[in-house]
Amino acid sequence: MIDIVLALLSTAGALSILFASIGILRMPDFYLRLSVTVKASTLGVGLLLICAAIMFPDVSVTTKAIAIVFFLIITAPIGAHMIGRAAYFTGTPLWKGTIADELTGMYDEETHTLESEEEERDKGDAPNIAETDEETK
Amino acid sequence: MITLEAYFDYVILPILSISVMLVFIRLFKGPAVVDRVVALDLIITIGIGIITVYSIRSDQQVFLDVAIILALIAFLGTVAFAYYIEKQKDD
Repeated sequence: MIDIVLALLSTAGALSILFASIGILRMPDFYLRLSVTVKASTLGVGLLLICAAIMFPDVSVTTKAIAIVFFLIITAPIGAHMIGRAAYFTGTPLWKGTIADELTGMYDEETHTLESEEEERDKGDAPNIAETDEETK
Repeated sequence: MITLEAYFDYVILPILSISVMLVFIRLFKGPAVVDRVVALDLIITIGIGIITVYSIRSDQQVFLDVAIILALIAFLGTVAFAYYIEKQKDD
């Protein structure tokens, strides 16, 4: 019985990791790749660690596995947010099919702080959308 | 009857290995530095999964400590890369 539970959990974990890696290879621009990989890989590794927590009949291992899952769930969005912010500032182009970039002109170029007034938007420049697929491939 | 050990050896670990290979293609292709940083982060995260499965298979719970260290390094590496890539623009 417990073997079936372990097999199901590990299959779901391995498949979501596989989907994350297919996503990072196939998605058309950086922001879509970031959005696919962070969530799917955290879910996959979390399921594999829960599998290990069930497998070992020891409280210390269970605590350790749950601690790793907790740490991953806390840190993965922070890292993804910081690298996405850095990519936006350094001018990584968006996919050519992008229809809206709500951050255009809202960031102060010098201080990297976010403006929230609507009138600041109009004098902002055009969104950094790629002309061709090759720029973001 | 397929045992759980054989299932881990012949299904789960090959899937994880193929995932690492696919991410390596992105690590080589780029095109920007941030793409490589995300690919490296994903490789380390998949490494945590591989270590977990290996510790289940070899019945060595000590390997989970390595997974903790790798999770820390992945987070610190991503944050450090993001910090310096963002500062680089100001020159």
